[in-house]
Amino acid sequence: MDYFLQQFLNIGIFIILCHGLNLINGYCGQFSLGHAGFWGIGAYASAIYTVFNTFQLPPELNMLIAIIVGFISAAIVGLIVGVPTLRLKGDYLAIATLGFGEIVRIIIMNTEFVGGPRGFTGIPNISNIYWVWITAIIVTFFMIRLKSSNTGRSIIAIREDEIAAETMGVNLFKYKLFSFIVGAGIAGIAGSLFAHTQLFLHPSNFTFMWSVIILVMIIFGGLGSITGTIVGATFLTILPELLRFFGEEVAQFRMTIYSLILIIFMLLRPQGLFGTHELKIFKRGLK
Amino acid sequence: MKNLLLKISDVTMKFGGLIAVNDVCIDIYDQDLVAIIGPNGAGKTTLFNTITGIYTPTKGQVKFCDYQISNYPPHKICDLGIARTFQNIRLFKNLTVLDNLRLGHNTRVKYHLIHALFKTKKYLEEEKKIFEESMELLKLFHLDEKSKFLASNLPYGEQRKLEMARALASKPKLLLLDEPAAGMNPSETKELSDIIKFIRNHFKIAVVLIEHDMNLVMEIAEKIFVLDYGNLIASGSPKEIQSNKRVIEAYLGTEVETL
Repeated sequence: MDYFLQQFLNIGIFIILCHGLNLINGYCGQFSLGHAGFWGIGAYASAIYTVFNTFQLPPELNMLIAIIVGFISAAIVGLIVGVPTLRLKGDYLAIATLGFGEIVRIIIMNTEFVGGPRGFTGIPNISNIYWVWITAIIVTFFMIRLKSSNTGRSIIAIREDEIAAETMGVNLFKYKLFSFIVGAGIAGIAGSLFAHTQLFLHPSNFTFMWSVIILVMIIFGGLGSITGTIVGATFLTILPELLRFFGEEVAQFRMTIYSLILIIFMLLRPQGLFGTHELKIFKRGLK
Repeated sequence: MKNLLLKISDVTMKFGGLIAVNDVCIDIYDQDLVAIIGPNGAGKTTLFNTITGIYTPTKGQVKFCDYQISNYPPHKICDLGIARTFQNIRLFKNLTVLDNLRLGHNTRVKYHLIHALFKTKKYLEEEKKIFEESMELLKLFHLDEKSKFLASNLPYGEQRKLEMARALASKPKLLLLDEPAAGMNPSETKELSDIIKFIRNHFKIAVVLIEHDMNLVMEIAEKIFVLDYGNLIASGSPKEIQSNKRVIEAYLGTEVETL
């Protein structure tokens, strides 16, 4: 596949992933480190559907169902994980979700019919750049509308002050669970798009490292900001690739430079690029 | 005869071996303006927390209107019509003044997320109503010009006012104020007493306040309950409380017998 097209695809998928995590971490303030796990579940579940189903469906319909399968499977797992762990706070929740992400990876590694450690092959090529970017736009639109609704306000209130939110009539558990399930489901959507553009899945695609990278992207852009999520996902996806073009010397140290840029950036702007602010176009309807 | 609004009967709240509230019975009627006073650590805030559902009482019952609310979660109690403010202001600090108020409406919002996603007529109408009601409330508290400020950027006194406005946005029947005058100077306290009286008369709701500022309490409260070490030691009009021997003892201590 064309190199630039591949980068463009990655940006779209990371924007979707970041929106999902931003809903959990940025809006609701629940520190989750298991996002790659949900991503992996969405990817594998949708690939299982497209590889093993025997219906004679047109590829477009098949892809649409794959996206729905990705969303629902990740959301159901989000529900199962969320109910017990959302009683935990802060660091404890982070550790619990981290453990969950690893469990997912190890289960996939040991499941023979999806290839186990050899990877999952033979996934049909039914997704493309349009699928990815149209989905990214729909998810962005969903986040904008959510933020200007009562549901969004209640979720943000939980981040600001749980006790105050509770006494103002916000059902803490319900909204925490909602953001966790929907955030997980959005990661599942990204997973299904990823599976059908890469055509090959391997458990090492969904390690803890990726949860951290997604987290870094939303912190870089600004927790709780839609604009920040998009800019963070875009910039940090292309940055390591961009550094390849500055000659061999730079290319050799590109991951070091990448890390240095992150460190310097966080020292200068700890609240992220946008803080909780939004660009005008994402604000429309918030008033 | 006014209707009984809140009935606290034999409420006890224990934390391990510590009895924070001990067998307290308090009745609050419609449109009452009541103060709860007592030395530090007397269990006043704990009593508020048991009423609003943050704690479940160890023993005893809290009845609001016709509901037995002692086991209800806080959000449900808010829904029934009890709103409160906090001793150490708890605003949504990174949200605007207006959004703080909007959130106060959240128990009465009639649209679902699906309406918001497609910006239906119902969503737009409802949001417009919320906006107008919020601005009206802000105007009453002279905060309407600052509606776009972040809550954390308001001066202390206005943060207190905003917290009260937010509580009122949920249209409560009973408003609990936890030390509203804490950290205020005398002129601000004077303004506060006018506001509290205004709230009671304008919204026709009952107000219960915890307060240490005796001038404020004696000026506005119609009835006073005194707590000491978790026990209700006196209740009555300000006049009666001022001359009550046990209250004076609780605040100033007993006289030492001369040898």
